[in-house]
Amino acid sequence: MPKMNLSHFEAALLFALFSSVVLGVITKKTDRERFRYGLRCFLYFMGAVIGLGWLMYLGHG
Amino acid sequence: MPSNATKPPAPPIGTWAPAVGLGWLIPGGGHFLLKRNGRGALMLASVLCMFLLGLMMRGAMFQPQTGDILTTIIYCGGFLGDLASGALYLLATWFGYSQQDVAGHVHDYGTKFLVAAGLLNILAMVDAYEIATGKKD
Repeated sequence: MPKMNLSHFEAALLFALFSSVVLGVITKKTDRERFRYGLRCFLYFMGAVIGLGWLMYLGHG
Repeated sequence: MPSNATKPPAPPIGTWAPAVGLGWLIPGGGHFLLKRNGRGALMLASVLCMFLLGLMMRGAMFQPQTGDILTTIIYCGGFLGDLASGALYLLATWFGYSQQDVAGHVHDYGTKFLVAAGLLNILAMVDAYEIATGKKD
C-alpha cells in the first residue's frame, strides 16, 4: 500500500469533495437538484476551511 | 393530551433488510440491488476513495475502549464508524492494514477519513432504506 502525504488543505479538499457527493446524492430528488446541492455543500465546506484557517491565522497574531 | 393519530405500521423487514444489509457490506450495494445504479456507483466511489485515502495516509482503526465518558465516546464511536464501512473494514483488518495510532497530522487525517467513510456509508444505508420502503423515489 503506497503511503500518501497530504497537506491540510488537500486533505480538507478531498474530504469536502467526497462528503459533498454523498450529501448531494442522498438528499434531493432530481439529478439537477442533487448536483446543485452537492456543489453548494462543497462550497460551504471550502468556505469554512478557508474562513476558519484565516481565523486561526489571525488569532495567533 | 394523547393524540388520536395512529402511527403508520413499520414496513416489513423483508422489504428493506436485504438492501440495508448489502449496503453495509458493499458501499452502494443497496442502491445496486434497488436498481439505482448511478447513485450506487457514486456512493461506492466516494466511500471507497475515502477509505483507501485513509489507509494510504496510515490512519488508525479504532478499538473499543471504555474509561471516562470522552474516551468511551471517542473510541466506541470511532470503532462503530470504522465498522460501518462493512467489507472494506473487515478486509483491511483481516489483511493487516490496521495501523497503530501514531502522531502526525497526516495519520490523524487518515484516521478521520476511515471513520468518515463509514459515516458516509451509514447515510447511504439510510437512503437505501428509504428507497426500499417507498419513502423516497
